[in-house]
Amino acid sequence: MIRGLAGPVSEEPMTTVLRARGLARKYGRRWALRDCTLDIPGGHVVGLVGPNGAGKTTLLKLAGGQLPPTAGDITVLGGRPAGGAAQLARIGFVAQDTPVYAGLSVADHLRLGAGLNPRWDAALARERVERLGLDPAHRAGRLSGGQRAQLALTLGLAKRPELLILDEPVAALDPLARREFLQGLMEAVAEHEFSVVLSSHLVSDLERTCDYLIVLVDSRVQLAGQVDDLLATHHRLTGPRRDPDRLPAGQHVVSASHTDRQSTFVIRTEDPIHDPAWTVSRLTLEDLVLAYMEGPAPAKGRPVLEVRR
Amino acid sequence: MIEFYLDGRSGVSPYLQLVQQVRHALRLGLLHEGDRLPTVKDVVARLALNPNTVLKAYRELEHEGLVAARPGIGTFVTRTLTDASLAAHGRLREDLRRWLAAARLAGLDDESIEALFMTTFRSSSQEDVA
Repeated sequence: MIRGLAGPVSEEPMTTVLRARGLARKYGRRWALRDCTLDIPGGHVVGLVGPNGAGKTTLLKLAGGQLPPTAGDITVLGGRPAGGAAQLARIGFVAQDTPVYAGLSVADHLRLGAGLNPRWDAALARERVERLGLDPAHRAGRLSGGQRAQLALTLGLAKRPELLILDEPVAALDPLARREFLQGLMEAVAEHEFSVVLSSHLVSDLERTCDYLIVLVDSRVQLAGQVDDLLATHHRLTGPRRDPDRLPAGQHVVSASHTDRQSTFVIRTEDPIHDPAWTVSRLTLEDLVLAYMEGPAPAKGRPVLEVRR
Repeated sequence: MIEFYLDGRSGVSPYLQLVQQVRHALRLGLLHEGDRLPTVKDVVARLALNPNTVLKAYRELEHEGLVAARPGIGTFVTRTLTDASLAAHGRLREDLRRWLAAARLAGLDDESIEALFMTTFRSSSQEDVA
């Protein structure tokens, strides 16, 4: 849970929203997700980022109980993802392209939501629809992309889930609609204190909204951790050409590029960097993610890195 | 009341940007003792920002003794930063002006001046740390 907005600050341990051990899923002969081990603490807005086809949707569907794993183990909010109605009521899922029923009106959607969800918050739904300026009689098929996304978000929020999963919710939206969607989502998180996992292939969507990041590349988790920790422990080093093997033991090379005279490394380290030969600079979240996507690609696959504090 | 903004290209984490903006406003006298900071929900809704980020920034400011949270009411400025150092600003600005004039006279353009300042600034703050 997000801590109370005006309440006393405490550091009590938070529950784990998603726990995966050796989780894997195969489609035919192709592995969509391999060897996924994760512990996502509660109270975060988690960004799941990676290129198209990296396995993001597969991981989210496994978490939402819409897909059984081929191997390994997953628990969400301490239970099996599809473990009965009570468990399903605790998890909201907004699928890719924020689907709605084109032939049904906005009001029909809210009635449907009320009928299907035991913890339905009718006041929240009504208030959001009003504030968005949606006409309840309007058919969903005739709403704009941004409005459809907001309607799907409203249904997800009014379910009052403990965990809301959103698969590429803003990918198809224009910049303004994208911003409005994320504003609405963040406002709801501040007000109702639930955990969020949302995926995107664009880091810029996640830069402000997420405080926990998972990078998925080639069906493997490359990086998982709190954004502030990730930014504090990754640096760009620029200086005279040097072999990566000659970097100190505590500096793990994430990506490297060389010219005949110069080397540029993105490294992960918990230690201060003292070597005066380097110009050390900060990374943006986007730089960081791109560094993991490019990577030095050692022969036996990259290690799974997890940054903890 | 101040309004926060975020610079996505600065490389400074959003939480630190909020902290710096409050400190900056306190230094410039834009925020006074007793002023209320925007609520977490307001900041979040305006900037599409993670609530934990705002909470972290406000906690940091509280830790520095600059603001205090009054449960259920809001977060209020408890101290200003327009203190003793303000008196020294005039003299320092004069020194800096003189230095800048000397740098231009020596043929440095704006970019060279900025680069020289930043490298010197960084190396001297690293010396302080070491």
